[in-house]
Amino acid sequence: MNPVIEVDHLRKTYGAVTAVEDISLHVTAGEIFAIVGPNGAGKTTAVESIMGLRRPDSGEIRVLGLNPQTQGRELKQRIGIQLQQAALPNRLKVWEALDLFATFYGRSVPWEPLLEAWGLADKRNAQFGKLSGGQKQRLFIALALLNDPEVVFLDELTTGLDPQARRATWDAVRAIRDQGKTVVLVTHFMEEAEELADRLAIIDNGRVAASDTPQALIQNLQAGSRVRFTSQNGFDAAVLRPLPGVTQVEQHGRHITVHGSGPLLSHVVTTLTAANQNPADLRVEQANLEDVFLALTGRKIRA
Amino acid sequence: MHTLSKMTFVELKLKLREPISTFFTLVFPLLLLLLFGSIYGNEPTPFLGGRGNVDVTVPGYIAMIIGTLGIIGLPVALAEYRDQGILRRYRATPLSSSSILSAQVVTNLAIALLGMALIVTAAYFVYDLELPAAPLAVLVAIVFSGISFLAVGFLLAGLMPTASAAQAVGMAIYFPMLFLSGAGLPQAILPDTLVKFSQVLPLTHVVNLLQDLWTGEGWNMTAVLVLGGMMIVATAVSTRTFRWE
Repeated sequence: MNPVIEVDHLRKTYGAVTAVEDISLHVTAGEIFAIVGPNGAGKTTAVESIMGLRRPDSGEIRVLGLNPQTQGRELKQRIGIQLQQAALPNRLKVWEALDLFATFYGRSVPWEPLLEAWGLADKRNAQFGKLSGGQKQRLFIALALLNDPEVVFLDELTTGLDPQARRATWDAVRAIRDQGKTVVLVTHFMEEAEELADRLAIIDNGRVAASDTPQALIQNLQAGSRVRFTSQNGFDAAVLRPLPGVTQVEQHGRHITVHGSGPLLSHVVTTLTAANQNPADLRVEQANLEDVFLALTGRKIRA
Repeated sequence: MHTLSKMTFVELKLKLREPISTFFTLVFPLLLLLLFGSIYGNEPTPFLGGRGNVDVTVPGYIAMIIGTLGIIGLPVALAEYRDQGILRRYRATPLSSSSILSAQVVTNLAIALLGMALIVTAAYFVYDLELPAAPLAVLVAIVFSGISFLAVGFLLAGLMPTASAAQAVGMAIYFPMLFLSGAGLPQAILPDTLVKFSQVLPLTHVVNLLQDLWTGEGWNMTAVLVLGGMMIVATAVSTRTFRWE
């Protein structure tokens, strides 16, 4: 696959503060790549260096084959940017913003369909200052897509959104990828990265702590999984102990928890079916990216 | 060019949607004209060197608009754009830094010319204003003084940490200058020492430049040198002090 973004040993300091110690990563065409980590880890500094908005102290960056420092304007024609902290003039109307930003690009898509797609059609004549947080966010995404970009950068896209709006935004991000665009998603929500990312880099203290697919990161953790269910009429959980991968079986009355690794759930289900057990609450609990972060850094991400 | 004209047009619309800044730049000078015009009229008087009150004060009011835009309007607007992250958003587009800032200059010059047109029209129809001897030269002088004051505006915007600081410092610079320079009041009513002191105020030179061109005395070279020097120095320093965020 073509590398769309290549970053080698990026470093950026602000006076005595080292925001980015040493970050290397590569992003391939057509994937959603998440940069995750706690607030202050250096994610935004890294991604703003990649977009050419900041000058790194050292390191090599190539985006779409361009150097963001020396070919920044050419690059910005081909990428879409949604910044973590940005605003438009309060009295600027939604349609005026799109109409104005369209003139900044050599090539732009018609903005009316973008208004429709992002649920802003009825806010067309509303002033920016009167929009809700979610509406502002959607306007910024529409602006980021105005030049039909090859790479879209989304920095803390869903911060401040309610859970429903966040889910809707996730669907929209997948839709952007499905149009063939590469998406770089910066987030401090592990859940969001796990949900959306094809691959991700976990950033901590200005370094890449790990980079891979979410599934591989979780599997490498070898934290195993747990299967829980409520048994019916006198089931003896001992039959689950010899199953492959099972390490422990807990039984508290009718509540049973099976610990283990590998394809645990399917073994348990096969055995239960043979024993005529059909629990309605069978569920598997797996390690997630939060656990990966905890294992990598010894800290919880939201600490 | 299309981008710059669109940006300027949008900025003009935004400015006109701000009732307070519109009032001070466009309406306030008109009110002063009507207030002092209704008291003193425009009959020639020896007190004003044989000229009418309106004929003397109109170039001053135009200078006042230039001073308001450069010392308060531009720095406060730019500091607000910076504080709120609007400049950040523009910088994330292919727009060059110079286009972003040029749009501000062109917008403010357009407002200055609009303010001038309002004042001159009102003064002409209500008080029979004597029109300038060299209208084209007056327009050039307005643009020249405007750019010089806007350069100071960029300098202030870079030096002021926040929009409210820009507002406070702008007011502190602007008001003494307004009353002493001859922009808000004819200098004839000031004591000689204050008139002498007013020579250090840049706005005085805008008033002198415009008045001399208005009455046909030609280019006031002292004013041209002072304002040109201010333009060069302020531009040079502000390229080093201007901050985008």
